[in-house]
Amino acid sequence: MGKINTSVEIAGIKLRNPVMTASGTFGYGSEFSGYMNLESIGAIVTKGLSLHPKAGNSTPRIFETPGGMLNAIGLQNVGIDAFIQDKVPFLRTINTPVIVNLYGNSLEEYGELAARIDTVPEVAGIEVNISCPNVKHGGIVFGTDPKAAAAVTSLVRKNSKKPIIVKLSPNVTDVTVIAKACVDAGADSLSLINTITGMAIDLKNHRPVLANVTGGLSGPAIKPIALRMVWQVAKAVKVPLIGIGGIMNATDALEFILAGATAIQVGTASFLNPSAAEDIAKGIEIWLSENGVKDIRELIGALKV
Amino acid sequence: MQFKSEILTNVELSPCYFRMRITASPGILDSKAGQFAMVRVNDAIDPLLRRPFGIYDIGSSKTPYTDCGSQTYMEILYKVVGKGTAMLAELKAGDKLDVIAPLGKGFDFGDVKSEKILVGGGIGLAPLYLLAKKLADSHTVRLFAGGRNKDDILCITEFERLGVETYVATDDGTLGDQGLVTQVMMKHLASVTSPKQIFACGPMPMLKAVAGIAKEMKVSCQVSMEAYMACGMGACLGCVIKGIKHKPEQPDYRCVCKDGPVFNAKELLWE
Repeated sequence: MGKINTSVEIAGIKLRNPVMTASGTFGYGSEFSGYMNLESIGAIVTKGLSLHPKAGNSTPRIFETPGGMLNAIGLQNVGIDAFIQDKVPFLRTINTPVIVNLYGNSLEEYGELAARIDTVPEVAGIEVNISCPNVKHGGIVFGTDPKAAAAVTSLVRKNSKKPIIVKLSPNVTDVTVIAKACVDAGADSLSLINTITGMAIDLKNHRPVLANVTGGLSGPAIKPIALRMVWQVAKAVKVPLIGIGGIMNATDALEFILAGATAIQVGTASFLNPSAAEDIAKGIEIWLSENGVKDIRELIGALKV
Repeated sequence: MQFKSEILTNVELSPCYFRMRITASPGILDSKAGQFAMVRVNDAIDPLLRRPFGIYDIGSSKTPYTDCGSQTYMEILYKVVGKGTAMLAELKAGDKLDVIAPLGKGFDFGDVKSEKILVGGGIGLAPLYLLAKKLADSHTVRLFAGGRNKDDILCITEFERLGVETYVATDDGTLGDQGLVTQVMMKHLASVTSPKQIFACGPMPMLKAVAGIAKEMKVSCQVSMEAYMACGMGACLGCVIKGIKHKPEQPDYRCVCKDGPVFNAKELLWE
């Protein structure tokens, strides 16, 4: 038996396996170093960064729902300067590609963020967040309009030589329209899906549970929707995809790969099991070995319909 | 640290209130009073998230098997309030749990020779026991426990066994004085002139009242806060509360899980 290949490539970034962490669920990496080996996974994606530090939304910000959770954190983050100064030194010590999630309040901010991060050699790639449902003037404006999505993508493309992944919103009628617009504008890869807008109501008080009224639903509850969207987008574009949405174990991850994803991101699962990403990476290798698959790339888009 | 744990006992103390003893990694003995545990109730996806519980007690006990030496354990108190705690209440000795503990910042009592005033409302009593245990030998410790009725007053005799003087108040007078525990505490504070330090855990209105009294009487006060929490390790940023400098245009949010759960009452904004 030869060695099993689990490595994949996203826009020139070599991943030792297809498991990445999802933005907003893994802090800046160091939070999890006591619970898992950060060099056991394909890539680390940071919490979404904005040009200036952001304090986030009022509370309550999270609420658990059956098989999922709603969040409206509001992109609380340290800002790009503090990230470069305080967070990069730790990430530099980890032999795992770091992908930075960027979020702008305006087209210009996306452009400036891209230019700033382009000068940081430790950053392997950019994930452009055009899909956060929880902030005013949110990326969602860009994520639901193909022209705006294309404009953001091409400006980031213009300002950075780094590989560009655009993270898509599921809160649209036809995700393939936005996907194609982003690819045409220069995206090297697409990641999907971000959370699905939802809400919870407190009957007793006649009030929404979340201070933000609505929030983004994540967790196993959204997996079927995410799978369907990855499958649709895989048929519509040629760039590698990163599947996200309720991935809890290796089986879930491999389903996304069959649907057409080259890599996957682990999000909510890291909250309940801080070593989830490492566990899933190991689980994938075990599954491949048990099922006689020598190269994970054989499974990408191998769904028989 | 994350560890697999086995339930040793799971006892109903009064309607809806339980005390659970579980096995724990030896490292649990380094826990500070006021730190908490994130407990996964089962392996299913509903409930999805872990539940946070203040650490009530830690220790080692002899195992029934002579060749196995001693067993490190951790205890939590919990109230059945929803799906997760209802499932926890159904579990029996021998059932398994996945636990991350100890988490967060605990009480900071330094070595100031002052009288220690512990104030607990209902299930908020939980983290105060370990604190009492750490303080009882070297300090005068008084516990003020409050609740709606006698069923809300837990484990008082355990505190008394440590030599803690206890004061109880219930809304309906079924145990101790009738009225608010904060009033009983205030009466005591007014009667002693020696240096004092307050440690409180309980429902928000109680904590707010305690913080207010502490400020007025110029007594140092630490509070243990509660919040909805997804991860317990500072990654989700879901559990934030407002710090003293909070303004709508310039927010000051603190993570209950990582910056707390214990805060100096002066650091927080009491709305």
